[in-house]
Amino acid sequence: MTNHWIDIKNTDCALIMGSNAAEHHPICFKWVMKAREERGATIIHVDPKFSRTSARSDFHVPLRSGTDIAFLGGMIKYIIDKEKYFKEYVTEYTNASFIVGDKFGFKDGLFSGFDKKLSTYDKKAWAFAVDANGVPKRDKTLKNPKCVFQLLKKHYSRYDLKNVSAITGVSEKNLLKVYETYAATGQKDKAGTVMYALGWTQHTVGVQNIRTSAIVQLLLGNIGVAGGGINALRGEPNVQGSTDHCILYHILPGYHSVPRAHWPTLADYQKANTPISNDPLSANWWQNRPKYVVSLLKSWFGEAATPENDFGYSWVPKGDTPKGLVQGDYSHLHIFDRMYKGKIKGGSIWAHNPAQSIPNTTKVRKAMDNLDWLYISEIHQNETTDFWHRPGVNPKDIKTEVFLFPACHRVEKEGSISNSGRWVLWHYKAAEPAGESKSMGETMVEIMNAVRKLYREEGGVFPEPIVNLNWPSHFDADQIAKECNGFFLKDTTIKDKTYKAGSLVPSFANLADDGSTSSRNWLYTGSYTEEAGNKMKNRDLSQTDLQAKIGLFPGYSWCWPVNRRVLYNRASVDLNGKPWDPTRVVIEWDGSKWIGDVPDGGWPPMATGKGKYPFIMQKEGHGALYGPGREEGPFSEHYEPIETPVKKHPFSKQLSNPCAKIIESDMDKRATPGDSKYPIVLTTYSLTEHWCGGGETRNVPSLLEAEPQLYVEMSEELAKEKGIKNGDGVIVESARGRVEAVAMVTMRMTPFKIQGKTVHEIGMPFAFGWTTPGVGDATNRLCVSAGDPNTSIPEYKACCVNLKKADKLTELS
Amino acid sequence: MSKTFLIDVTRCTACRGCQVACKEWQGFAANKTTQIGWGSHQNPPDLNPKNFKIVRFQEHKIGDTVTWNFMSDQCRHCLQPPCKDMADGYMQGAVVFDEATGAVVYTDKAKQLPKEAFDEMKSACPYDIPRRDDATGIINKCDMCYERVAAGLIPMCAKACPTSAITFGDREKMLEEAKKRLAVVKKDYPEAQLIDAEEVRVIYLITDKPEFYHKNLVAQGPAGISRMAALAKMTAPLKRSVRNLLG
Ligand code: SF4
Ligand code: SF4
Ligand code: SF4
Repeated sequence: MTNHWIDIKNTDCALIMGSNAAEHHPICFKWVMKAREERGATIIHVDPKFSRTSARSDFHVPLRSGTDIAFLGGMIKYIIDKEKYFKEYVTEYTNASFIVGDKFGFKDGLFSGFDKKLSTYDKKAWAFAVDANGVPKRDKTLKNPKCVFQLLKKHYSRYDLKNVSAITGVSEKNLLKVYETYAATGQKDKAGTVMYALGWTQHTVGVQNIRTSAIVQLLLGNIGVAGGGINALRGEPNVQGSTDHCILYHILPGYHSVPRAHWPTLADYQKANTPISNDPLSANWWQNRPKYVVSLLKSWFGEAATPENDFGYSWVPKGDTPKGLVQGDYSHLHIFDRMYKGKIKGGSIWAHNPAQSIPNTTKVRKAMDNLDWLYISEIHQNETTDFWHRPGVNPKDIKTEVFLFPACHRVEKEGSISNSGRWVLWHYKAAEPAGESKSMGETMVEIMNAVRKLYREEGGVFPEPIVNLNWPSHFDADQIAKECNGFFLKDTTIKDKTYKAGSLVPSFANLADDGSTSSRNWLYTGSYTEEAGNKMKNRDLSQTDLQAKIGLFPGYSWCWPVNRRVLYNRASVDLNGKPWDPTRVVIEWDGSKWIGDVPDGGWPPMATGKGKYPFIMQKEGHGALYGPGREEGPFSEHYEPIETPVKKHPFSKQLSNPCAKIIESDMDKRATPGDSKYPIVLTTYSLTEHWCGGGETRNVPSLLEAEPQLYVEMSEELAKEKGIKNGDGVIVESARGRVEAVAMVTMRMTPFKIQGKTVHEIGMPFAFGWTTPGVGDATNRLCVSAGDPNTSIPEYKACCVNLKKADKLTELS
Repeated sequence: MSKTFLIDVTRCTACRGCQVACKEWQGFAANKTTQIGWGSHQNPPDLNPKNFKIVRFQEHKIGDTVTWNFMSDQCRHCLQPPCKDMADGYMQGAVVFDEATGAVVYTDKAKQLPKEAFDEMKSACPYDIPRRDDATGIINKCDMCYERVAAGLIPMCAKACPTSAITFGDREKMLEEAKKRLAVVKKDYPEAQLIDAEEVRVIYLITDKPEFYHKNLVAQGPAGISRMAALAKMTAPLKRSVRNLLG
């Protein structure tokens, strides 16, 4: 979230899209409802299914899964055509005025720089034109045909109501209703918020879905302001924390690229990952990256990390140089594909149920049979821990040796959790771990200590990364929290205060690239200090009048970065530091200092000449209407899902994302576009009563009682066509699998009119698996192994299926 | 001071926090539920001896507009409870008023009531609330979490509700709050109304026709009328008597 949960109450209009917020983030709806009741905010829900979120929204607009970019592209066109954008904001704070270089081009669905063989782009083709000093050229009149604004206007001019309606299935009337309502937040004193979740990310165009919303929000001046922002509603309480601390393969803690083979030395790495801006007005915050990376290495390798050995950079594993769609990608899609192809021998799985939650699950389960060994840490047995005796296999045929470590529940341990609003809260242990279960941290520390002992005693091919680790003898959450914050490693004086070696660093501004500081995550530096202790434990509700007006509680928990509650808040004020909306002040310049929230950098307002552009994480300091960093283009473009019910779309000849990560194997069969064998769109989702794959919640009787079995929501029209009645057993089939479910025939699902033809869409939850008897089994057996080119997140939200009434049921009872 | 709930459906997201929290607090085991032949999010399908609270779901479509109505159903804790009248006719002390809260509570003695007594209680209840476990003879329903309330806490369902759809407090204050909310809600939904506010301690604020939520959202007349109930009715407020007779 750029903003935070409470801030939703400040909005004038919430566009909930790609999210079923009321069902999956029930508490957040308290703030949505407050906005509606107290501000008269309009709540809009755009989603294939009428859900509990729709029920509490002012209106629900059904759209076909996978057409969000078309829908929002139409909104961009509307905003520009009707001049609903916030001109001053767009000119001053976004890159609308930047001149794009001559190499940029766009033709029939492809941008310039495309390499057909590798299915990737050479992004240099999209660079900005720069002046003699290397500063991007600008035209603040926004008239230059090569400026971002004009290119944007041209790009989205194809997204007219007729085209958008034909492909999304949304009536022109409904499109206009949403566009008009939301575009009204482009006024200076109005704010609109975008709330999204996996309904946007889980597509082969996931990142570009969100990019498109960023364009909308920047045009309307909705970033940085109270009641605005782009708000990713993260899943489990700590999904934000797990991203910050890099549970995924592609980053190191604190959002640094994972080292790659073509960056053999630390200098190579730093050079490639440290942007240089020649514009003195750009803060270009990532220029500080080397300090954060060296502090991270110092935290990992302690005294063994010296300037002479690149602080141990060579001990950090290097990913292959990414090339094409496979090489250098270690995401789940690829891990299980490699496992299926016999290239992975063993491994560990923590708090994760891939045999239930990875697409094309039948293949995933089969892939696991190829492992020699596997160890798993879990609180309940689930489809992954028990894969070796799943229905249809004989355990005697499975060679894998499986070790199951009982993990304790989260209420049985203490630690930090980071919520969607980036608040880091300490949570306390409520009970002792049951039986012999242990926290996963404890298990991991013990295993690694045993490995370290072996390496120390017996050596090995490459022992340094393991024996040199700054590794604890036992797990202590409090100590880890301190390590995340970071220490001074030698006596250091800041202003008039001297910090002894070994004391906690007060702020990431004090981190250094010479090895004199450590920090396991620069974003968390300042969360645990000598002066204030563990700020994650802060529960102080005091606030200034200004803060009270917008629900800021700076003394409650701690928030990264530096306790700033609304990101990019320097964009909430004009060039003189005066808030766009004086009734909803995030920050304000009082003549000598900023008041309100912690500003995005303490520099004075832009008009003083000593200020900095507000989008400090961007190299050029401006909000990116044009974003040259993504894999499939600087603007978003509508591409169909990999499995689509249509053969063509109105925007170009490029049917699907040209850079989509598609997995190929004998088990990865796909329907052809417009395949008459699989004419129905399937979308999958979670539900309030079960959490994700259901491994935990299926073991909670009162939740299983409330949602006992796998169902398939379908329209009355489709049910009639197929001769299916509510409550009937149904077989749903895709090119990859077959799943039994119970029909839930409902007027909440709507058939779509797509390019003149009726297209049906159905929806199924993915929480039910065979280890809970009679509830049904993995919906993901139907889903397709194709992912977004930027993130490799699989396209769970759209694939093509067919269905029929079941003669008999074996998975459900 | 006696207590009252306000259940404001305009705030209800049907998260079922109330349903699950009630069950957990009361310590009830789960029922075996199913979708086969049922196909609805409303599960368990009805109140039962192990669910004092369930959330009811009903969907409607008028023109292109879908509405999905949610109703967090429970005992209304009638100011003059017909179920108590019925039980009292068989045995004093099976159904009692909790002095402090006004809760209508079924005690352990209720188990001793014969099946006929239960049938009369159930059919006398204008909201179809009481349930009986035929195996054990236990007759039960929501008890307003009166023990929690006595300890200065609010009922578990109100505590669990994330959106303040269920609020709980002193009756006078809640009546006032109900009227205030009604006035606000009416601006968006002219048909909004409070249900049986003067007669019950669980007041629903609804925006659609009552039958669009549940047939027993509004008090329904009993099928069979016993002597005690008829007597009780004579002393009950005129409005309810008339409706019961019509029902
Ligand atoms: S807890 Fe509140 S919001 Fe959730 S179902 Fe019950 S009444 Fe509705
Ligand atoms: S609602 Fe029914 S069960 Fe509850 S007090 Fe009234 S009559 Fe008795
Ligand atoms: S008051 Fe207590 S017993 Fe009654 S419905 Fe609420 S939680 Fe259940």
